[in-house]
Amino acid sequence: MQTLIYDGSFEGWLCAVFDVYEYKYANVTICTDNQRQDSLWGETRLVYTDKQKADRVVKGLKQYISAVAMQQLYKTFLSEQKGMEDMLLEYVQYVFREKKDIAKDYSHHAARYVDDTAHKVHREKHRMEAFVRFQKTGDDIYFALVEPDFNVLPLILKHFRDRYADQKWLIYDKKRKYGIYYDLHKTEFIQLDFDTQSSNKDIAAILNESELPYQQLWKDYFNSTNIKARKNMKLHIRHMPLRYWKYLVEKQPEI
Amino acid sequence: MRQPIDAYVLSKCGYVSLFAVRSGYRFRNFVREDFTMWERITEKLKILSDAAKYDVSCASSGGKRKNENKGLGNSANSGICHAYTEDGRCVSLLKILLTNFCIFDCAYCVSRKSNDIKRAAFTVQEVVDLTINFYRRNYIEGLFLSSGIFTNADYTMERLVLIAKKLRTEHNFHGYIHLKAIPGASPELLREAGLYADRLSINIEMPTEQGLKLLAPDKNREDMIRPMNYLKTEIQQYKEEIVKFKKTPAFAPAGQSTQMVVGATQETDLQVLYTANHFYKKMQMKRVYYSGYVPISTDNRLPAIGTPVPMIRENRLYQADWLLRFYSFNVNELISPEQPLLDLDIDPKLSWALRNLSIFPLDINKAELPLIKRIPGIGVSSALKIVAARKFRKLNWEHLKKMGIALNRARYFITCNSPDFEIKDYQPQQIKQFILTKGNSKYENTFSQQIPLF
Ligand code: SF4
Repeated sequence: MQTLIYDGSFEGWLCAVFDVYEYKYANVTICTDNQRQDSLWGETRLVYTDKQKADRVVKGLKQYISAVAMQQLYKTFLSEQKGMEDMLLEYVQYVFREKKDIAKDYSHHAARYVDDTAHKVHREKHRMEAFVRFQKTGDDIYFALVEPDFNVLPLILKHFRDRYADQKWLIYDKKRKYGIYYDLHKTEFIQLDFDTQSSNKDIAAILNESELPYQQLWKDYFNSTNIKARKNMKLHIRHMPLRYWKYLVEKQPEI
Repeated sequence: MRQPIDAYVLSKCGYVSLFAVRSGYRFRNFVREDFTMWERITEKLKILSDAAKYDVSCASSGGKRKNENKGLGNSANSGICHAYTEDGRCVSLLKILLTNFCIFDCAYCVSRKSNDIKRAAFTVQEVVDLTINFYRRNYIEGLFLSSGIFTNADYTMERLVLIAKKLRTEHNFHGYIHLKAIPGASPELLREAGLYADRLSINIEMPTEQGLKLLAPDKNREDMIRPMNYLKTEIQQYKEEIVKFKKTPAFAPAGQSTQMVVGATQETDLQVLYTANHFYKKMQMKRVYYSGYVPISTDNRLPAIGTPVPMIRENRLYQADWLLRFYSFNVNELISPEQPLLDLDIDPKLSWALRNLSIFPLDINKAELPLIKRIPGIGVSSALKIVAARKFRKLNWEHLKKMGIALNRARYFITCNSPDFEIKDYQPQQIKQFILTKGNSKYENTFSQQIPLF
């Protein structure tokens, strides 16, 4: 068994695919350094990430698959699910073998895996677009913390840039320790020196003075727009799973 | 003189939690006047969102507004639900009344003149500020503004339009705006409303004219139909012109919608669905909403307080509505004068299939897409998947299961590339029993608290 170690980036994974073809590996697995399980029999090689190699793989794929399918591969990659690298490789091998767009071959396991996973990631993207709650800071930056199930920040960037073009904002993924910041001109990925202990409480200390009154208004609105005679918590929780409540203003307890 | 006021005092006044104070939140320049202002807004928002919540529409879809000139907002074509209330409904828009003062006395409405409740009214600026500030925090997709009628229809409508205009022109706001047109408002005002709003709606309220007469004696069906017709013509014109001239100013690009209250009067589902069908076909409505009557009055023309909200019925109506809009069913396939009520225990698609067993089983590998969509348990997206996937190889049970098709329903209506198939000359009643005892109706789970056992 040949193990290819890549750097965890999408480009890196594409380069691993390149190497599979370059060196004609038959029995191969792709993983990052901290996922590797050294076995006595296997051989391990480091993949060198090189934009040109990555581009060649993309170009090759685009001969056969649509832009939508390409996007699905990327989304599947962002799922960070265990074993997705190898599934994606299988998908690519299937494309190059058949020389056609197999994205909708739902009875094939790799095509189905990619379709299902891309959908899950897409749903998470959509949820983040819905559940981000900005808090206005003293220096007029709208700031939100998130902990999405999948690595969706790169996917939501465009939505927020298009929508909030006239305010500075920052969305920070606490789990993955990076964020996107928009300064009225451009968006960039940033890392904050963030105390892991810091919480909603510390953030409250730097808020704009109208922030908490607006949060309270929103909470009040959320409660009074509810029709008690129709109460249905099961449905409520299905739409707003508990794990998202932590950062939802309207689900914070009254103290 | 404006006096600074202590954060602790503020917290005592109840609108901001102690939590904030403990965590060092600074009310740097807060003065007593600011506090009174927040308190006033809080009170108004409570009253005026409470009164608006019975309008069930919260859709923010169909908007196509782009963010221009680095302004604020856009409207995503598919709409976003930013939260869900504890009753499981989508919260997408700030849904409020401008005021709950009303000169009319519609029996089914909390704001009716004779109801002894607290009244309030927002100023134009207050609504604008709330909308902008909620929007900037990503709480909402936009505003859904409606109102009780104060003074007269035009006076009220003028203010609604003014709010939309301010948002668009002064705040460069491109989020979603849904305005409720006040019955009887003049065409000029409706026209202006259409220029700023994404969607306009006039609620028909009751499925039939008699129902309306009974419960809303001040209202006149003609006053609702006339503006609907007017909007229909304007929207059509806009659609035709936008093809020719790119610069045509938008007119209610997300179309018009309406709402009917069900269960307040004696109308049958047949009457409700035929009325809805008429709106879709003749008025090009984007949506018709059905609002199960929530008892709020002791008026003896209405179901008593404590009567359960007809939620299953409402749900079946929505299902039937979807079949009309997305599954190309004709209304007379779903309901007939012989059976003027939808089945409550099974959904209208299954019910249709059981009445038409002769066209089943369908071969999943051959049947045309429109027929596949008619199979119980198979929705539009599953149908599309099947049609795409069968091009690669013939599908069998195993494939279908892995593709996530709800076989527990569909299996009685299809054959596929497997030797064993389910159809064994079952009677409709038997199939219904099999499906019901599996207890896998997605609605059964969701509504279990309300449903007595069948
Ligand atoms: S006119 Fe509208 S607000 Fe006034 S009572 Fe009738 S339904 Fe209620």
